[in-house]
This record gives sequence, C-alpha cells and structure tokens, in this order.
Amino acid sequence: MAAGRTPSMPGARRWLQRNLPKIVLSPTVAASLVFVYGFIAWTTLLSFTRSKTIPNFDLVGFLQYVRVWEHPRWQVAIHNLFAFGTLYIGLCLAIGLLLAILLDQRIRLEGALRAVYLYPMALSFIVTGTAWKWMLNPGLGLEKLVQGWGWTGFTFDWIVNEDMAIYTVVIAGVWQASGFVMAMFLAGLRGIDDEILKAASMDGASAPRIYLRIVLPMLRPIFVSAVVILAHLAIKSYELVVALTGGGPGYATELPSTFMYVHTFTRNELGMGAASAVMMLLTVAAIMVPYLYSEMRSAHRPAH
Amino acid sequence: MASAAWESPQMVKGRGSRLSRAVIYGLLGFFAFVYLLPLVVMLLTSFKPLAEIYAGNMVALPRQWTVEPWVKAWEEVCVGLLCRGIKGYFWISVKMTFFAVLISTAVGAVNGYVLTKWRFRGANLLFGFLLFGCFIPFQIVLIPMAAVLGKMGLASSTTGLVLVHVVYGLAFTTLYFRNYYAVFPDELIKAAMIDGARFWSIFFRILLPNSGPIIAVTVIWQFTNIWNDFLFGASFSTGESAPMTVALNNVVNTSTGEREYNVHMAAAMIAALPTLMVYVFGGRYFLRGLMAGSVKG
Amino acid sequence: MASLELIGVKKRYGAQEILKGIDISVEAGEFLVLVGPSGCGKSTLLNIVAGLDSATEGDVRIGGRSVKEEHPSERDIAMVFQSYALYPNMTVRQNISFGMEMRKVPKPERERAVQEVAKLLQIDHLLARKPSQLSGGQRQRVAMGRALVRKPRIFLFDEPLSNLDAQLRVDMRTEIKKLHQRLGATIVYVTHDQIEAMTLASRIAVMRGGELQQLGTPAEVYSQPANAFVAGFMGSPRMNLAPARLVEYADGPALGLALEIQSGDRLKARIPLPAQPAAVRAYAGREIIAGVRAEAIGFGGGRLNGHRRAVEASVEIIEPTGADTLAVLLVGGREFTARLGPDFPLKPGERGEFHFDLSKLVFFDPRTEQRIA
Repeated sequence: MAAGRTPSMPGARRWLQRNLPKIVLSPTVAASLVFVYGFIAWTTLLSFTRSKTIPNFDLVGFLQYVRVWEHPRWQVAIHNLFAFGTLYIGLCLAIGLLLAILLDQRIRLEGALRAVYLYPMALSFIVTGTAWKWMLNPGLGLEKLVQGWGWTGFTFDWIVNEDMAIYTVVIAGVWQASGFVMAMFLAGLRGIDDEILKAASMDGASAPRIYLRIVLPMLRPIFVSAVVILAHLAIKSYELVVALTGGGPGYATELPSTFMYVHTFTRNELGMGAASAVMMLLTVAAIMVPYLYSEMRSAHRPAH
Repeated sequence: MASAAWESPQMVKGRGSRLSRAVIYGLLGFFAFVYLLPLVVMLLTSFKPLAEIYAGNMVALPRQWTVEPWVKAWEEVCVGLLCRGIKGYFWISVKMTFFAVLISTAVGAVNGYVLTKWRFRGANLLFGFLLFGCFIPFQIVLIPMAAVLGKMGLASSTTGLVLVHVVYGLAFTTLYFRNYYAVFPDELIKAAMIDGARFWSIFFRILLPNSGPIIAVTVIWQFTNIWNDFLFGASFSTGESAPMTVALNNVVNTSTGEREYNVHMAAAMIAALPTLMVYVFGGRYFLRGLMAGSVKG
Repeated sequence: MASLELIGVKKRYGAQEILKGIDISVEAGEFLVLVGPSGCGKSTLLNIVAGLDSATEGDVRIGGRSVKEEHPSERDIAMVFQSYALYPNMTVRQNISFGMEMRKVPKPERERAVQEVAKLLQIDHLLARKPSQLSGGQRQRVAMGRALVRKPRIFLFDEPLSNLDAQLRVDMRTEIKKLHQRLGATIVYVTHDQIEAMTLASRIAVMRGGELQQLGTPAEVYSQPANAFVAGFMGSPRMNLAPARLVEYADGPALGLALEIQSGDRLKARIPLPAQPAAVRAYAGREIIAGVRAEAIGFGGGRLNGHRRAVEASVEIIEPTGADTLAVLLVGGREFTARLGPDFPLKPGERGEFHFDLSKLVFFDPRTEQRIA
C-alpha cells in the first residue's frame, strides 16, 4: 500500500474550491469599497477644494463649509430641517402609536385597515407630493372644498405661504410614513405577553394606567428604532419637497438635500455641494452610529 | 355607579363598553378617510374634463367620466421639449427596474449564502462593512458617481442607472438574505456536503429552492425602491433617458400654459400603479421587508 | 467496513481549546459511542471525523489511511443527524438518491439502490412524499436510508434519537442495533444519553471538557469507572459516591480496614472491609471516596458472607418504579440510593438492616478523583 495519501484534486482546483467563498464575495466588497467608501472620500476631498463647475483640486481648507454656513438658503434649510424633523418625527410617532393601539383592540377588518394605513409607503415621494400639491392647491383644492361647504372665510394657502409652506411638507410626510410607524408599534404590541396585562389588571390597574406604566415602557426599543428611521428619512427627504413645493415659494421650503442638489447640478458650486453633502452624512452618522453601537452591544449580551 | 373592584382584563383589549368601541371605530374610520383621500382625489380628478375641475371641488364625482386625461398622459403630454406622453419613460423604468432588481437580488442571495454558511475569519466584520451602504444619504455619492458614469460613457443611460441601483441596492439585499440564511439549518448544509454537493450545488439545489419567502420580500422591496426612486434618476439621466418618476415631476412642475390637472393626476396614477399593484398582491412580503430593515443584525 | 483511528486530535477556536488531544482507535465492525455532557466536544469530534470540521492538530485515519485532507464526500462515510436534515424541497426518493446524483451514478442504478434500501427500512410506500408529510419515526428512517444507500465504510450518528418521543426512541434504538448486527458496520455514535450508550455500544468513550475520561466496554465503564465523573455520569441511578475515611483497626491478630462514614454530627457508620489491594491499603488513615452502585445494596440480612456486610440505615425516600423500588437511604448521615425489590416494606423514617456487596466497591482519590481500585 502506498505510504501517504493521494490528493483527490489537482492543486489549482483545490485552491479555487477553498477560496471560492471569498472570490464570490469580492465583487460586492470591491463595489462597496469604491462606490460607498471611495466616493465618500472623494466627496469629502472635494469639499475641501475650490471646485465650481468641474472638480479642481486646489485645497482651501474649510472655505466651502464657511460659505455654506453663511449662505442664507442654508440657514433656512437648517431651520426647516429642525422644524420639519421634529414635527415629522413627533407626529408620526403619535399617530402611529395611536393607530397601533386602536388596531390592537381586536377590530374587525383589521387587515383591511392596516393595508389602508400602510399603502402610502408603497408610493413614490413624487406621487405623494403631486397628490398633496393638488389637494393643497389654494384655488382648487381643500380651500375650495371647504369654502364650497359654506365656510367662505376658510383659507388654506399654506403651500404658497413662505412661513407656512414647510408645514405642508410635514403633512404630506406624516401621511406617508405614519403607517410604517404604526406597523412597527403594532408588531411590538402583539409581542407583549397577554399574561402580563392580565396580571396588571388583577393588581387593580385601570386600562390607561396599564398602557402608560407597562405597555409604553415595553415599547421603548421600538420608539428608539422608529425615531432613528424617521430621522434618517427626514434628513434624506428630497423628492417630497421637490414634488410638493419645488423648494419654494422662493426657497422657503429648502432643506439640506435640496440645497445640495441645487448647488451641485444647477449653480455649479461643486465645492459647496460637496460640503453640504458631507454635513448631511455627518448628521446621519451622529444618529446611526450610537444607535448601531448600542444595538450590537445588547446583541452580545444575551444570557447563554 | 357601582363598578367592579377592578376592571376585567378585557378592558385593556377588546370588549369594552359600546361607547368606547364606537369611539375606536370612529377614530379608525376617520384616519382611514384621511389616508384614502389623496388617492381618491387623484383618481376622481384624473377622470374629469378640465372644465369640471375648475368649476367643481376636488371630491365631487365626475359628471362626465372621461379617460381622455389618461390617454393624453400616456401619449401626448409634454415632458420637457418632447410631447410624446410618458409611455417612453414608463418603459425605461420597467427595463431599469427589471434588471436592477434581478441583479441585486441574485448577488445579494449569493452574498448572504457565503456570509452565513462559509464562515471565515472576519465574515461578520465584512458584513458590517457592507451594511454601511444602507444608511448613507445618497447625496454624498452623487458628485463622484456622475463623474464616473461620464467617464464610463454611461451618463444618461439605462445601463448607468441599472449600475447605480445595483451597487446601492446590494447592501439591502445582502442584509435580507444574510439574516434569512443565518437561521437556515446548518445540518442541511452538512448533509449536502457529505452527499458530495459543493459550493454551487448546495446553493442551487438546497438553499435557493427553500428561499421563496425571502426572495419575495427582497424583490418587492427592491422593486418598490428602485421604481420609486427620483434622486438617482434626476441626477444621472437627462431628457429622453429619464425614468418614470423624473418624467412625472417634469410634467407636473412645468409652469408653461394651462395647468392640465387631470392629465397630471392621470400621469401620477400611471406612475403609482405598478408599486400599488405589487403592494396589493404582495402586501405581506412588503411589510416583512419594511420590518426586516428596521430590525437590525 | 473500515477501522478508524483518532491520533492526538486537538481543536482550538481562537483561545478556546475544545478538544485537548483525543486518542481513540475503533476496529472495523465496532460500535463506538461517544458520550458526555453537552459542551464536552463529542459533536466536534464527530464533525472532524466526517470532515465537516478540521482538527487543529492530530490525524484521522480511516482504514489505515489518513483522510485529514479529504472532503467529506470523499471519505466514504455517511452521517445521520439529530434533526434528520432531510431536504425539504425534495421527495423521499430524491433525498435518498441525492448523494448518488452528486456522484453521477446513472439513473437506473440509482433507482435500484433506492428501492433496495426503501424495502429494507420499510419506507417504500413513502418514496413520493416530501419530508413535511412524514412522521418523526418515518423521517428518521429516511435519514438512515440516505446513509445506507451510500454503502459507506463508516456510519456516523449525531444524536439521532434526541428528537423522538420516549417510546419511539426505544424502538429506533433496537432498529439501529439490528442494523449493526446485520451489516457488521463500523459505527461512531454520539449521544448525551448514557442509557443509549450502554445499550448500543460495543465500546464507550466518555468525554468531558474536551478530554477522554475513559474508553472501555459498557461493563468496564459501569463497574470500574476510571474516575468519579464517569462513575456519576454513567448508570441510572448514578453510582453512590460517599466521602469517607479509611481506618485501621485491630481485627484479632491482624489489622483490618474499615470504612467510616459520617456527615456532620450524625451517627458514624463503620463498615469493616474485606482484604483490599495494596493501592487501597496505602490510604489507611486518610480520606477517600467510596463508590457503590444501587444494585449492590439489598434489604434484609440475606446471606452474609465474606464480602456482604450488614449495615443499618434509615429510609429517606421511596420511589417505586413498578419493576423495583429505588430507596434513598441514610448511612452515617450520607445518602445512598439502593435498588430494592418491588415489595420493599419499609416507609420513610423507618430504620432497617441492609446488606452491601463490598466486592462491588470502588475507591477514588478525593483530590484527583481517579479510581484507586
């Protein structure tokens, strides 16, 4: 009998088999390296340069950032982001939670109602913006409808009103996303063991008490998730503004995302566009990184 | 008024008093109305002749139902300088979405398979590395991507858009498949290995045939996001090669001449129909996709 | 059928050592059971034999030839899993013939082999069904069929009966034993159930914490456990282990040895011992651990002879099992479980005379827990 073993595959094929997983994964890794990390680096680099119409690699330190922050449109954009963001998140949470609690009460037609609250998420922001733009049209939409019902003094021209226009974005945004928040809360509510509620009842707690002291605290992780996702959506929201108000009237509904787009593609200020994009990324990171970090920590903590 | 010493457990969920049930249903109904209103208004408006729109109000039923706005939207409406309707852009979206969904789903599946069943050192780290792509605001990549597409000769082309959507969709598709395959029984893989199946046989004969649900979730998620996308479409395509969403925005926001609201609404409905249909028929998977994205790792 | 040798097998995951050097050799046709508590490394060892995992150090030889570099499908082995691992999207027929398909066996031959195995295991009427349509016992048989059809040199079983209900488990155990006898197969079988180990094995390897505690026949492992762990792990009820003192006393002209058992300030029990080997005598005057099986304790005077001694004890608890009575006795304050007849008369709290068969006594060093004799 021959001493030693006979390899069953020639060397090259063996190497291929052993490394196949890594080879298969590499296009995606390469794509991620280039198109995600590489591009972020590129844009960040551009934000430190003098680029206007075309990239130009003269480094000018934080000049572009200063220019952005001193720009009146950016200041409106930031103010809008806060106003819009807090209202958007707050209202989505409130309405989402309310709807979830209502739906959890063993309602007939629960499935149909859920489908109704959720369908706006399936629509493009452009479609949503178009629809609401039409509904909030001062002459032909909601205003006209209510006036037609007899309330002739009713005005609803927010959409063309500089001060109020951003709130129309809130309305359309909340309409679209609150169904999603509802779905999250509903799943959370369903995950609460009935027996806990029964025990609380036997302890003498009334229904509102039970919700406040037991149910809501148990939903805290969902609150956190929802806030993170909504904040993420708010920062990214671009299409909604474009379709609803076009950034207007004037630039009353400007948001960082529209600011970035306009300065990059229309106003030939690549440096400023890049700087604003970097700041958007930093804002998103400031929210996501602590959240993900705490998620991963708790995932490594479970009892074994 | 005599009341129980403590309220029965039913008070919290379910059989309350008739008044509280009425309030609940009332609220739910009100919200349902609010949620449906824009859709209803869009539909009604799209079937009205223009005169009625100016004369009546937005929730009035059409006195004279007409499909002319739909035909006009499809065939004649002006998008930019061309007045050939939105059908061309619709088909561009169809092509772009089809290929982007196909490629990103297929690659995501294989990635998920490798990351969970072929454990190598740093697999989890690599996964985290890939996952980052889910969270970035896409504004950060617009400038470089435009430059790269230009250099590759893909500016303003369907292929370019497919590339963009595939690249940025990979993070999500990989996430979905990875999480699904992570709980796929390892023993099945082991049995297949002993039976002689190698890398690709295991994937095609064992994993894929049992991946129905996650394929549905991923395809629906990708389809919805890619079809509905505007940012990439607006940034990387111009004129005739634009996808549906960009064309729609163009139609609706042109300020020349008379505003043909009914045509605008018809165009919006046409743009919305594919994803709405997918939602209606695949709602369960749509929801799972939404939820999977929110429950990390 | 082939022999199997594990030579110095070690397995490390980063800083953790799962297997600390395992040496086992299995002859062709033997039924080896790897048994031990969860986490002892038995499944890892099985995976290494199968090739699903690789040893950090050491060698695996099948039929005298090292298979360390070979892919699982090339080692000519078959494995039956705890969860059966049947492919859910394939019929029973396809499940069984999948391996042959992978090896490009022509269709008519595959069909023949499937029919043969199906008839043997009495599942030929199930060939067109999918796993989800089968009961637990049927799935188990399909899993075995998939393994049999390969005609391997070695069969590997990874806790195959753990998911079955108690009665089915007993039935399947018999099936597996019959299979072994009929085929003369070399089998390596992993389980945490020591009853399975005792009834199926021709040899048992008891493992704990990645180390081999004892390798021997069921009888050896049962009556002469290598250390206190094996003594306590194997057998149900577990072997009685009592810390005691070995004392010398004047027995006429000679010196005798006696066991003194005491717990707290309970009454001390003193049991004179028959002649012991030198290794035990060396412990005179010191602490020792005495082990005795429940069967070695009986009720009543009985026939007292050289190694049967009468001991007084009080009854703590009685557990009638139908076939016998398990009684927990207090001797010198320590608990001993005894297996007595079904009509044992005493009640808890009562005292009585019992006899211990001292020839079945084993002793362990209190510090190292290794058996002395």
